[in-house]
Amino acid sequence: MRRMSWFNVTSLTLGFAFLYLPMVILVIYSFNASKLVTVWAGFSTKWYSKLFQNEAFLDAAWVTIKVGLMSSCLATVLGTMAAYVLVRGGRFRGRVLFSGMIYAPLVMPEVITGLSLLLLFIGIGLDRGVLTIILAHTTFSMCYVSVVVSARLVSFDRSLEEAALDLGCSSFEAFRLVTLPIIAPAVISGWLLAFTLSLDDLVIASFTAGPSATTLPIKIFSAVRLGVSPEINALSTLMIAVVTIGVISASVTSKRASLRQHREEQAAERGQE
Amino acid sequence: MAQPSAGCQFSPWTDPDEKPLIQFQSVTKSFGSFVAIDDLSLDIFEREFFALLGPSGCGKTTMMRMLAGFEPPSAGTIRLAGEDIGPVPPNKRAVNMMFQSYALFPHLSVWENIAFGLRREGMAKDLLTDRVDEMLRLTRLEKFARRKPHQISGGQRQRVALARSLAKAPKLLLLDEPLGALDKKLRQDTQFELMDIQETTGTTFVIVTHDQEEAMTVASRVAVMDEGRLIQVDTPDRIYEAPNSVYVADFIGDVNIIQGRADLRGDRVHINWAEGQPPIIGTSTRNFNKNQSVHFAIRPEKISIWSDRPEASDDRANIVQGQIIDIAYLGNISTYHVKLPNGQMLKAQTANTRRIARRKFTWEDTVWLSWSATGGILLEG
Amino acid sequence: MRRLTLIAIPYLWLVALFLVPFLIVMKISLSEYALSIPPYSPYLDLSAGWAGVVEFLSQLDIENYIFLTTDDLYWKAYLSSLKIATLSTIITLLVGFPLAYGMARAATEWQPTLLMLVILPFWTSFLIRVYAWMGLLSQEGLINQLLLWLGVINTPLMILNTPTAVYIGIVYTYLPFMVLPIYSILEKLDESLLEAAEDLGCSRLVAFWLVTVPLAKNGIIAGCFLVFIPALGEFVIPSLLGGSKTLMIGKILWEEFFSNRDWPVASAVAIVLLVILIIPILLFQRNQQNQREADT
Repeated sequence: MRRMSWFNVTSLTLGFAFLYLPMVILVIYSFNASKLVTVWAGFSTKWYSKLFQNEAFLDAAWVTIKVGLMSSCLATVLGTMAAYVLVRGGRFRGRVLFSGMIYAPLVMPEVITGLSLLLLFIGIGLDRGVLTIILAHTTFSMCYVSVVVSARLVSFDRSLEEAALDLGCSSFEAFRLVTLPIIAPAVISGWLLAFTLSLDDLVIASFTAGPSATTLPIKIFSAVRLGVSPEINALSTLMIAVVTIGVISASVTSKRASLRQHREEQAAERGQE
Repeated sequence: MAQPSAGCQFSPWTDPDEKPLIQFQSVTKSFGSFVAIDDLSLDIFEREFFALLGPSGCGKTTMMRMLAGFEPPSAGTIRLAGEDIGPVPPNKRAVNMMFQSYALFPHLSVWENIAFGLRREGMAKDLLTDRVDEMLRLTRLEKFARRKPHQISGGQRQRVALARSLAKAPKLLLLDEPLGALDKKLRQDTQFELMDIQETTGTTFVIVTHDQEEAMTVASRVAVMDEGRLIQVDTPDRIYEAPNSVYVADFIGDVNIIQGRADLRGDRVHINWAEGQPPIIGTSTRNFNKNQSVHFAIRPEKISIWSDRPEASDDRANIVQGQIIDIAYLGNISTYHVKLPNGQMLKAQTANTRRIARRKFTWEDTVWLSWSATGGILLEG
Repeated sequence: MRRLTLIAIPYLWLVALFLVPFLIVMKISLSEYALSIPPYSPYLDLSAGWAGVVEFLSQLDIENYIFLTTDDLYWKAYLSSLKIATLSTIITLLVGFPLAYGMARAATEWQPTLLMLVILPFWTSFLIRVYAWMGLLSQEGLINQLLLWLGVINTPLMILNTPTAVYIGIVYTYLPFMVLPIYSILEKLDESLLEAAEDLGCSRLVAFWLVTVPLAKNGIIAGCFLVFIPALGEFVIPSLLGGSKTLMIGKILWEEFFSNRDWPVASAVAIVLLVILIIPILLFQRNQQNQREADT
C-alpha cells in the first residue's frame, strides 16, 4: 500500500496547493505597503496598526467573541444532552422527528435558518440584539456538537457505566464521574467546533443581529463588498495565524499523548508478570 | 473443588435449617419473544462458591445481570437475605460485580478505582485509606497503586477489578467469566487465588463460566444450564460421577455414550446394545422398565485397555474387543479411540506410565476393553 | 422521570427554535406585504379571540407563490442554482476524490499530518477564504497577472463576477467537506481486497473501479450531500464572487428580504427552496443512519 505512485503524489501536491495558495497569498499581501494588489511596494506592517486603531472593528471583534463563548458553552451542554438522547434514549415517541431536527441544520442553507429565526423573534416580540444572535448560534451549533459527541458515545464501553452503578453511583453520578471524563476530548472538540462556527457565521448573524450588535463577519462582509481591502488582509492573516497555531498545537499534543499511552501499555505488558 | 481448609464438609444445602442467601423463585426473563430464563428456581447459600455453567446463550449471564440489578425479572421473585430485591436499583444493592472486560475506569489510578465504591458510601477518609490498602495487600498490588489501568498488565488489571469489587465487602460477589482473558498458566494460578480470597473474606461468590474445568476447580456447587433452565445443580464430584442426563454427562469432561435397551436382573441392569454381543452389565439407582431405551455413560478413564483378552472378574464385568483407530497423545495421558465390531467408537484413557516407544499399543491394533459393573451410569433415553 | 427531562430539554429547544420558525415562515409566505412594522399583514391578534384567528386565516392566500411563478426571475434563479450546485458538486468530487485517495494511500506516519492539513482550512473563516479569491480573480489579480506573464492571454480575463468564479469559490470552500467523509472510508479499506482482485486477474485500474469505488460509495454520497445541499442555498459566494450576472436563489432571498423588504415573498422563496431540498435532506439523513449502523 505504501508505494506512492506518481499519480498519488501529484494529486496530493496539487490538492494541497489549491487549498493553501490563496491563503498564503493573502498573508503575503497583508504585508504589502501598497494598497493595490498589482504592485508590490515593499514590506510593511502599517495595515496591522491601522487595523488595531479601527474602533468599529475592535468593537465588532469583542461582540463576536462574547457571542462565540456564550453560544458555544450553551450549545455544548444542549448538544451533549441531545447526543445522549440519540444514542441511549431508546425508543420514544417523536424520536424520528428529534433525529431529523438534529441532522437537518447540518445541511440546511443558512439563509433559510436565518430567515426563519428572525421571523420567530419578531413574532414573539423579542428585540434583536446580542441575545438573539446567541440563541440562533446555539441552535445550529448544538446539532454539530451532538453529531461529534454521539459518534464518541456510540463506541463508549457501557460496562464502565454499569460498573459505576454497581459500585454505588446514581445515574447522574455515573455520567459525571465516569462517562464525562472519558468522553471529554469529544466534548471539547464539539465545543471548539461550536465556537468556530459562531465566530465565522455571517448569514445567520445578519438576519438575527440588531442595530446595536455587529459581529466581525458582518463588518468584514460590508467592507469587502466594495472590493479588496488591505486592512481585511491583515485581519485575515491574524485569524489564519490563530487557527494555524491552534490546530498545530492540538495535533502535536494529541499525537504525543497517544504515543506515550501506547509506549506505557507496551511497557506494562512486557515489564511485569 | 472448593472445600474449606477445616476438616468438616461444607454443605449448607443439605441442612434444612440453613436459610439461603439468594433465592430465585419461579423467575422468568424474556426479551421480546425470546425466553432467556424459563421458570427457574434456585437457592444459593452463604459462603458458597457457586458456578453457573453452560454454553453461550443458556441464560447464565442473564441470571447474573438480574442479581446485579441490570435486568429486572419478567416474572417471579429474586430474594437476597430474604428481601425481594426486584425494586432495588443496582447502586443500592449489597451486591458487587467483577466484569468480564474488567471495566476499570481508565481516567483513575488503581488506588482511585478501588476507592471509588467506598467514596460513594461516604466512608471516612482514614477508614477508606485503610480499606483500600487492605485490598491492595490482598491482591498484591501495593506497588501499582498510583498507576493507571493502561500502565499495568492484563493479569494485574484483573486483580484490580477483583479488589475493587471486594472493597465494599458485599454480601454477594458476581464474577462474569473473570479468567477468560488470561493465558492458561495464569488462569490456573488465579483460580486458586480466587478460592483463597473467597475463603479468607467469607464472601459468597457466584461465577459465570463456559469453561467446565474452571467450574469444577473452583466451585462448591455447579449449576449446569441449558436454554434458560437448570439441568443439574450439584457438587462437582456428583456432576461428574452422577450426571442426571446425557446433556450433563456430555457437557462435563469426556464421556462414552452407548444406547441400548434395559433389562433388570436383580440388582444389576443388563443393557442390550448390539446384535451378537453380550449385554453390558451396569448398576442403577433408578428403575427402568423392561426394554426401555437407555443411555449407558462411562468416562474414558474408567475403561481399561488390554492387548490380550483379560480374565473376567468383578473389576472386569464387561469385556469387548475392538480396533484402535486413533490415539491422542497428551503427554501425561493417552486417549485411545477404539472401534467396536458394530461400528460404535469408545474412548479409553490411560496414564502414560511407560515411555511411548515401549508402549504396547499402536494404530490398527486389535485390543480388548474392560470396565466394572459400577464404572458407568444409566441415563434415560 | 429524569430520563424524560433529559429528552425534553434539547427536544423543546429544537422545536421552539427550529421547527416553529419554519411554521412561521410558512405563515408569512401566505401573507401580504404591508408598509408596517412588521412589514406584513395579517398579524395574528390573539386578543380578538377566536374571531381574530378566523379572520387571520381567511386573509392568508397563496398570492406570493403565484407571484413566484409569474416573474421570470425566480424560476430562472432556482434552475440556475440547481445547475450551479450540481456542477460544483461534481467538480468537487473530481477534485476531492484523488486528494482523499492520495491521503489514504500515503504512508501511515504521514496520515495524521495530512489530515491536519485538510482540517486546517476547514477551521479557518469561510468568509476569509472566499475573500482570498476576490483578489486572485479580479482583472488586476494574480491569476490574470500570471497568465499574461506566461503569454497565454493578451488581455486580462473577466473571471470575477461571473459564474466561473462561483464554481471556483464553491469547490474551494467545500472541498474539505467532500474529502473528509471519503478519506475516512478509504482509510478503513482493507488492502487485501485489492490484492485479491489483482490476484484474480484485474489490472490496477479495473480493481480500483470494481472494488475501491463501490466500497467508498457511502463516503462519496455523504460528501456529495454535504456539498450539494448547502451550495444550493449559498449566499456569500455568489454575492462576493458572482456579481449581478450570477443568479442564485440564496442571493435572491437575501435581496428580497433586505433590499426589497418584501418578507412574504422572501418567505415564499424560502419555502419553495425547502421543498426542493426535502428529498435530498431525507436521503442524506438515511445515508447517515445507514453509516452509523454499519459502523457499530
